[in-house]
Amino acid sequence: MVGEALAFYLLAAITLASGIVVVTSPNLVHSAVALVPALLGVTGLYILLNAEFLAGVQVLIYAGGITVLILFVIMLTEGATGLRVPQRNEQGPIGAAVAGAAAAVLIAVATRTPWAHGAGVLPSYTPGAIGESFLGPNLLLFEGTSVVLLVTLVGAILIARKED
Amino acid sequence: MDVMPWYVEVLRAIVGTIIIFSAVAIVTAMLGVLLERRISAWIQSRIGPVHVGPRGLLQTVANTVKLLQKEYILPRNADAVIFSSAVIVVPLAALLDYVVLPFGTTRAGPLIYRDLNIGVLYFAATSSLIVVGILMAGWGSNNKYALLGGLRSAAQMVSYEIPIGLVLITIAMLAGSLSTVTIVNAQTHLWFIVSQPVSFVIFFVAAIAEVNRAPFDLVEAESELVAGYFSEYTGMRFALFQLGEYGEMFAMAALAVTLFFGGWQGPVLPSVVWFLIKLYVLVFVFMWVRWTYPRFRIDQLLNFSWKILIPVALANLVVTAFFVIVVH
Amino acid sequence: MLLDWGYVAIFALVGAGMVSMPLAIIALISPRSSYPHKRETYESGMAPIGEAWSQFNVRYYLFSLIFVVFDVEIIYLYPWAVVARSLGAPAFYSIVVFLAVLVLGLAYAWRKGALEWT
Repeated sequence: MVGEALAFYLLAAITLASGIVVVTSPNLVHSAVALVPALLGVTGLYILLNAEFLAGVQVLIYAGGITVLILFVIMLTEGATGLRVPQRNEQGPIGAAVAGAAAAVLIAVATRTPWAHGAGVLPSYTPGAIGESFLGPNLLLFEGTSVVLLVTLVGAILIARKED
Repeated sequence: MDVMPWYVEVLRAIVGTIIIFSAVAIVTAMLGVLLERRISAWIQSRIGPVHVGPRGLLQTVANTVKLLQKEYILPRNADAVIFSSAVIVVPLAALLDYVVLPFGTTRAGPLIYRDLNIGVLYFAATSSLIVVGILMAGWGSNNKYALLGGLRSAAQMVSYEIPIGLVLITIAMLAGSLSTVTIVNAQTHLWFIVSQPVSFVIFFVAAIAEVNRAPFDLVEAESELVAGYFSEYTGMRFALFQLGEYGEMFAMAALAVTLFFGGWQGPVLPSVVWFLIKLYVLVFVFMWVRWTYPRFRIDQLLNFSWKILIPVALANLVVTAFFVIVVH
Repeated sequence: MLLDWGYVAIFALVGAGMVSMPLAIIALISPRSSYPHKRETYESGMAPIGEAWSQFNVRYYLFSLIFVVFDVEIIYLYPWAVVARSLGAPAFYSIVVFLAVLVLGLAYAWRKGALEWT
């Protein structure tokens, strides 16, 4: 479908452009704020993949929570006083080589895999289906997640409070 | 449903957007601000603005025209890009809420911009985007008070998003869906305010805090931090932030009507009229609360959310689920 | 379903345009008379004292961190809410276990004073 292809290219362009700003901007706050369009671009891509619920979650958690977290940290540390942070160092060329190699491998794998075409049962990404999934076959994973969240919380508080 | 050619859909979308934006701008920013001034005047035993236009109805129009011709002042050392983008982000995020609010019903179906499957989750998500805009505004101004106001505002809004989320989940569980239209239709026999009064109270209080209104408006009270995160914004930019705040307040009130008061349902009168009546009653209560109670301190604000509202909301969710699932 | 989101995308785009409209109007009709003093940072009429950016305060970070953890918890509750009635009691008890672990986290944060503003 033409509309979907157009949407895909537009969203990909937004995501990549914002991503470039995030990694190259010497102004930390600009860098963090540029995350928002990047994450919204990914949200659009999720929608194109029929994952509405995941798209909503992406905006709620990433754009609304993680970005706020990052901005808090940046705005509260001294490095944000307009100080220009150089985003490159002597490891630039090596990094570029590794990234290029990784990209080549990924593209080769993606284009050579015989993806399944045609009729088949499309997995459902509606909230109901997701709910049935993690309360059914994936229950252990689900309860494990709560433990992971607990550990995150305890760990972060321990580390943050130790500074006092 | 028959598929219309794509350009017709695009046209429908654009027209719908323009209608909603204009309606929101008029109803919230224009009438809402005027309502606030008249109600506060009535509560304080004085007359509000009555001169401009019949009964003062054109007051906000006059104010807006005045603001439009104010000079654009960019404070020195302010971060121009972020300072200017924040002005767009805050009202846009507030207005995005209106996509899933049903204003009524017609023979062709519910009067809603788009009944998304993830209705209330979408609402929660767009509300959380406002916080980013506020941080940008506070930072971009290069002003201690604005930054502090922005940070505290963000901490407050973020703390009260959780109780709101928990209440949305409780109601979604009762209705069996995240779609706002389904939630309204689930109330044809009994409005959720009757079966879920605790949820309503939690939602109402959290909504006041979420919109930074009194008694939770420490971050923007004139006696505290000048005007909080939008201290350095003058003229029309200031008006746009106000549009964002009032727009979000009306959106929260509209969501409360949808979740608890049966949305557009009511006998005799057309559905849109019922919706507006219920909406304005809630908005009146919002304003009444503002002009009656003294302000909370920031630590009281945050304590109240984390130590009282969230445990109560969680308990409410578990108890409701118990009665709905296990007992039946 | 994609059509729904197409509508939302158009809403966002047209909306951004409409919100920018007043700004465009100002750019056209507002007066310009800028001089240095007008651009000074506002500090109740005095010259600003000190840098605009305050020192690090752990409490902002802690609040937003705890918020993110609870936000992720709520994410799991949304799908459950949709199928809660049909999945019945076993799912309900699983959710109670999930919530209990997180309430433990909240209690820990409370005890350790992470929820205090001072």
